[in-house]
Amino acid sequence: MLDTLIPLAVDGLASAALIFFVAVGLTLVFSVLRVLNVAHGSFYSIGAYVAASIGLWIAGAGLNPWLSFPALILSAAIVAALFGPLVERCLMRWTYGKSEAIQILVTFGLFLILEDLQRIVFGVSSLAEDTPMQLLGSTQIGGVVYLNYQLLLIALAAIVVIGLRVLLTKTRIGRLVTAVVADREMAQSIGINTNRVFILSFSLGVFLAALGGALATPTAGAAPGLGAETMVLAFAVAAIGGLGQIEGAALAAIIVGLARVLAIYFAPSLDAVAPYIVMLVVLLIRPYGLFGQAATRRI
Amino acid sequence: MRAALFLIALAALALAPVAAPWLQFVLTLAIAKGFAALGVAVLLRGGLISIGHAMFYAVSAYAIAFLARAGVNEFVLLLLLGTLASAVAGLLVGTFLVRYRAIFFAMLNLAMSMVLYALISKLYGITGGTDGMRVAVPSFFGITLDKPRFDTALYYAGIVLMVGVGYGVQRYLASPLGHALSAVHTNELRLEYLGVPVRVVLLIAYTVSAALAGIGGAIAAMAIGHILPEFAFWTASGHLVLVAVLGGIGGVAGPFIGSLFLEVLHTVAVGVTDAWNLIIGVALIGVIFFLPSGLYGLLRRRSGEPA
Repeated sequence: MLDTLIPLAVDGLASAALIFFVAVGLTLVFSVLRVLNVAHGSFYSIGAYVAASIGLWIAGAGLNPWLSFPALILSAAIVAALFGPLVERCLMRWTYGKSEAIQILVTFGLFLILEDLQRIVFGVSSLAEDTPMQLLGSTQIGGVVYLNYQLLLIALAAIVVIGLRVLLTKTRIGRLVTAVVADREMAQSIGINTNRVFILSFSLGVFLAALGGALATPTAGAAPGLGAETMVLAFAVAAIGGLGQIEGAALAAIIVGLARVLAIYFAPSLDAVAPYIVMLVVLLIRPYGLFGQAATRRI
Repeated sequence: MRAALFLIALAALALAPVAAPWLQFVLTLAIAKGFAALGVAVLLRGGLISIGHAMFYAVSAYAIAFLARAGVNEFVLLLLLGTLASAVAGLLVGTFLVRYRAIFFAMLNLAMSMVLYALISKLYGITGGTDGMRVAVPSFFGITLDKPRFDTALYYAGIVLMVGVGYGVQRYLASPLGHALSAVHTNELRLEYLGVPVRVVLLIAYTVSAALAGIGGAIAAMAIGHILPEFAFWTASGHLVLVAVLGGIGGVAGPFIGSLFLEVLHTVAVGVTDAWNLIIGVALIGVIFFLPSGLYGLLRRRSGEPA
């Protein structure tokens, strides 16, 4: 049983790592901006398309194939630079402090816009580009073959968790972000440029989502409809961990990844249901998620 | 003035398929979605946003498909049982969900609907998976009709239902129970101090809204004759909220106006542009920021009454 479960677990954790990038971006944006961005998944699919396009271009131009690795990160950075400041300044900032209904609707409008933009720019066909995965090859341990690329994804996710924590606690900008999260008005009154913090945090969130998409292309490619699918999964992971909790999102991604593995092993038809069932159970018991804290009720 | 406008609108709706037969199917679907959007609007009045309401639309549609497969072949019976299935589902789900507010309420609705979506699309043996299920043409009040005639009958039944059920919902919203619902949004704590059982108020509203979505799902299932898991996907739920807000949640007519307007515009627009979602996304954002009471509010303001 373990012989089958361990490779499945690596597979599950690798896909959980991809979802984690999106979920942690969502959670970061939520804690700083206090807006649940329903369009967040679209940045994942746009990131995937940009990465696949650049990857195909590199292959077509006959450049060094190892360039496809920095290209993945570069794609995410391009998407973040393109959409982060623009969307935050033109749209998100008008929703701060508004009711959840309005925030969800405005970002749903953004979701519709981004879905169409993606379709207009990249078309409706799916793109596949797996050079990075081929280059890394595979490792054989105990008769089981693992894709090195998948192991890299899991390692990257761990690096992102630690990196974000260090960024938030050890650097100046991270502490500014923490201050804004703790008390927006107070932060503003002691002279923190909250607008800059909003732009930076939102762009970082977009970057993380696009990075998830870009890193997914070598194994899964880019396809239409990816944004909507990823959105709910990322949402489930962020909600299970507790909105605004970075380590919570990481733990939730692991739980969801393993739940899927168990579902595939014991009841294959239920594998797509597993993440949502976990979400439902967790939220019914702890509506604020595993790591979240219950908000005190205000009169 | 309003009564005259209302009658003109109804007459136009009733005569539209005579003038342009292709409109009939579009308008039937618009009415179906209008019902579901009205359900969303009822909850929005209580300050609760559901991004999973398409699940009740799907519950009713699938209930009808199962019943039709089991041999139930009467429009009235199917409509009633489909709606009942959604109402019961709403009562069960609502019992858990009325404890939650704001973002948690929205997320739990989403989770519920995605569980349903994933189950429907994966349980191939029972639900036909992503292939969906066929719904045979039922008889209409005992009369066996061919598909085109049944579609016409369904369309006019839909209009009658819209007026009848719409009136019922209006009465409900104007009743103390309906006012209590709006008060949950304004100040829930004060309502509790007054001794009003908030959760009961919300549970009733949730069940009503699920039943409304069920009527919509029933009409859609019988109009299309084929149902798919996508009925329950979260983007479908998002569209329902969009329709409700675009039309305006101030009155019962709002969601129907929004739905009719959108569906007709969509049908016309797909021939001209393929960036429909982009346009509708921009329109939605525009309405939220500049026209908070929706199209219905605009109509009321134009006719000189307070929105």
